[in-house]
Amino acid sequence: MSVGFVMLCHTALGRAAQVARYWADHGCPVVIHVDKRVSKSALRRMTRDLEGVPDIRFSPRHACEWGSWGLVAATQAAAAMMLHEFPGVRHVYLASGSCLPLRPVEELLAYLDERPKTDFIESVTTEDVGWTIGGLNIERFTLRFPFSWRKQRRLFDGYVRLQRRVRYRRRIPPALVPHLGSQWWCLTRQTLSAILEDPERPVYDRYFRKVWIPDESYFQTLVRQVSVNVESRSLTLSKFDFQGKPHIFYDDHLQLLRRSDCFVARKIWPHADKLYRIFLSDDLARQPAAEPNPGKIDRLFAKAVERRTKGRAGLYMQSRFPNLDWENGMTAAPYSVFEGFSDLFENFDIWLGKVTGSRVHGHLFAPDRVEFAGGETVYNGALSDSPALRDYNLRGFMGNLMWNTRGERQCFQFGPRDNQKIGPFLARDPNAQVSVISGAWAVPLFHSNCNFGDIRKEAARLQKIEADHLAQLRSLHVKARVRIWTLAEFIENPMEPLQTIIDEISPRSSRRLTEAPRMSDLVGFGQFLQNLRNQGMQPVLMGDFPAGDDPRPSTTRRGRPYLVK
Amino acid sequence: MPYFLRYYRDLGIDHFLFVDNDSEDGSREYLAAQPDVSVWTTRASYKRARFGVDWLNWLQMRYGHGHWSLVVDSDEFFVYPFCDTRPLRALTDWLDASSIKSFSAMLLDMYPKGPFGEHAYREGTDPFETAQWFDSGNYTMSKNRKFGNLWIQGGPRARTFFTDAPERAPALNKIPLVKWHRDYAYVSSTHMLLPRGLNLVYDEWGGEKASGCLLHAKFLDTFAHKAAEEMARKQHYANSHEYRAYQEGLAASPDFWCKWSEKYINWRQLEILGLMSKGNWA
Repeated sequence: MSVGFVMLCHTALGRAAQVARYWADHGCPVVIHVDKRVSKSALRRMTRDLEGVPDIRFSPRHACEWGSWGLVAATQAAAAMMLHEFPGVRHVYLASGSCLPLRPVEELLAYLDERPKTDFIESVTTEDVGWTIGGLNIERFTLRFPFSWRKQRRLFDGYVRLQRRVRYRRRIPPALVPHLGSQWWCLTRQTLSAILEDPERPVYDRYFRKVWIPDESYFQTLVRQVSVNVESRSLTLSKFDFQGKPHIFYDDHLQLLRRSDCFVARKIWPHADKLYRIFLSDDLARQPAAEPNPGKIDRLFAKAVERRTKGRAGLYMQSRFPNLDWENGMTAAPYSVFEGFSDLFENFDIWLGKVTGSRVHGHLFAPDRVEFAGGETVYNGALSDSPALRDYNLRGFMGNLMWNTRGERQCFQFGPRDNQKIGPFLARDPNAQVSVISGAWAVPLFHSNCNFGDIRKEAARLQKIEADHLAQLRSLHVKARVRIWTLAEFIENPMEPLQTIIDEISPRSSRRLTEAPRMSDLVGFGQFLQNLRNQGMQPVLMGDFPAGDDPRPSTTRRGRPYLVK
Repeated sequence: MPYFLRYYRDLGIDHFLFVDNDSEDGSREYLAAQPDVSVWTTRASYKRARFGVDWLNWLQMRYGHGHWSLVVDSDEFFVYPFCDTRPLRALTDWLDASSIKSFSAMLLDMYPKGPFGEHAYREGTDPFETAQWFDSGNYTMSKNRKFGNLWIQGGPRARTFFTDAPERAPALNKIPLVKWHRDYAYVSSTHMLLPRGLNLVYDEWGGEKASGCLLHAKFLDTFAHKAAEEMARKQHYANSHEYRAYQEGLAASPDFWCKWSEKYINWRQLEILGLMSKGNWA
């Protein structure tokens, strides 16, 4: 009792011949089908290669265009030849010319000997398939496909749409329940001959001739009619990427393939000399009889597909430049924007860095320079502090900063004196945590030593800028986590909002804030606002500061306020 | 030159086509003596040939049709995913199988630690033994509406020489590897191509396409000399703005190195840093 291999070849015939010889030398008969589109000279070379090797046959040639009936016809002919010429064969293994055995033939034989009645063929009902390309599952069986998917895609798609619109349906032969699965199978003589010798076969063949990609459904469907013991998986390790084309194995996959314990893998790069040399050598170390376990390879390829379809969040680079709203993460990690805090509190950045353990920058978008933490002139990733470079591509700057510092929470100050063009980006970014004390920009003005006329003008300018910015932050499309307090609200009770923000930045530290940052002296601030009003400028963003009633003079005067639990 | 040939022969390049623009250092004779090299020599103006693009397109049309062709300067070294374990042929076979016609490789300026002049480069050695540092995360990009390509700027040159005029910083986007067809043409150096579809080497729906890098061995001790020479020839792009900026910057004996400079290890490092990507090649 033995296993026989049917090989479907269309390229790299030299490699196919090498594998065929290996199997034949180890006592397994091989029937080779060569695509009719292969040139005569290439075929001659192959037959010459295999001259004198017993138990190798060439089956009648069919043209095997991808997704066409030719592949099934070729398989039928070759399988029939195998059953007829080699009566000793019990299992027939369908392989391609780019397959490579990963374990010695004896191990495969032993494995099959233990399961003499089992058919290994992936066979899944159309409802349960998630991997088909083109989104066509059951419709493969009910529509007509006269156009090539690869060469006449528009016609193909148009014709499918048309049939859907007029609700055209082909009748599926009543006895059949459509199943799909990998085209690489291993069937027993009983099952295979039952399929090939079925009196209904002409009917089925006529039907499947017009099914799309019949090589993934013909045997998979018919096996359900005749087999008593279907094991719905393929013994061939074969992975497909998101376009439905098989992943290719190279020399550097050697260890991965070794550890997979699979019997056969496809598809192998024809120039992977090391793989062919090692897996076709006779001294391949015998492994303990293990079940095939392609888990690691699955993960590797799943990751590749994910990288191609979703990419790395927050990365902008030469081969990933997502359109608006397709970023899958506008920035690489969450970050915090503080507006007005550094105006109200003295040394706010130092305090914040201490309580959160994050990196706290100054005004990154300040007009005269990028205020990186610690006054650095160059920052992570060799970002320059030049404002011109930053302003040249603000979003690029922000994306780079967050990408370069992933793993470390970033905080920075922002205010109406800064470049406002980044505002909409911050508002739209779900990673941004924006906290605003509106009107706090007036505090430095209050402390400044300028002429009041200039102060009034500056106040009017800043108020206008901040009002526009707040309108952005309150718009319908905001995705950032935004909190806005007026200055008056905030100083009424500064600890509670601070605690909320800090908790969000470092959720794991359960420590309550014990030390508040030192607030600037606000004695006379109410009067200052009144003076602005008297001069005809209406300060509105600070909230309600009655003139003369100075906010919390007791705490600010005493220095550091301490919170009592 | 000897290192250049060795590097690319190791990747599996079958044949080299060189344009020699009136060199005086014996390169032409050296190249002509190589078995796998064809050399074209010209005394004509580099500038008048639209900075060499006309020469390039003609050679490609004549000899590149139907081949994968890699177009690089003599100081650019191509790095692609798995380049340490898979020959270039593996990449082009995969691109063929995936119906991809063009492959991008951003220019990555490599520089030594300390002023350029400090380490002397010896012919035939690996230039990246000294110029082993690069900027990892200060590249910005925007889309060129006309040709559909990305315009990438940044790196050490932008942050040192162009802090006041960032729009003049050199373009770093390159598409050096193309399955050539006689109807194709490079528009401006290897930055962009026609037809426009070839410039779509980036994914716009959040995913990553596969890409590589061109390690740029320009900033060696030979650079100061070269900048002066190029200024004298006045043959470079945009009235040689770039070289003028270099010369002014060079007077101060520049050092690109900073504490955030990254030391080059291999392509995997570049992939992790997000400068290139494996895409769905695994």
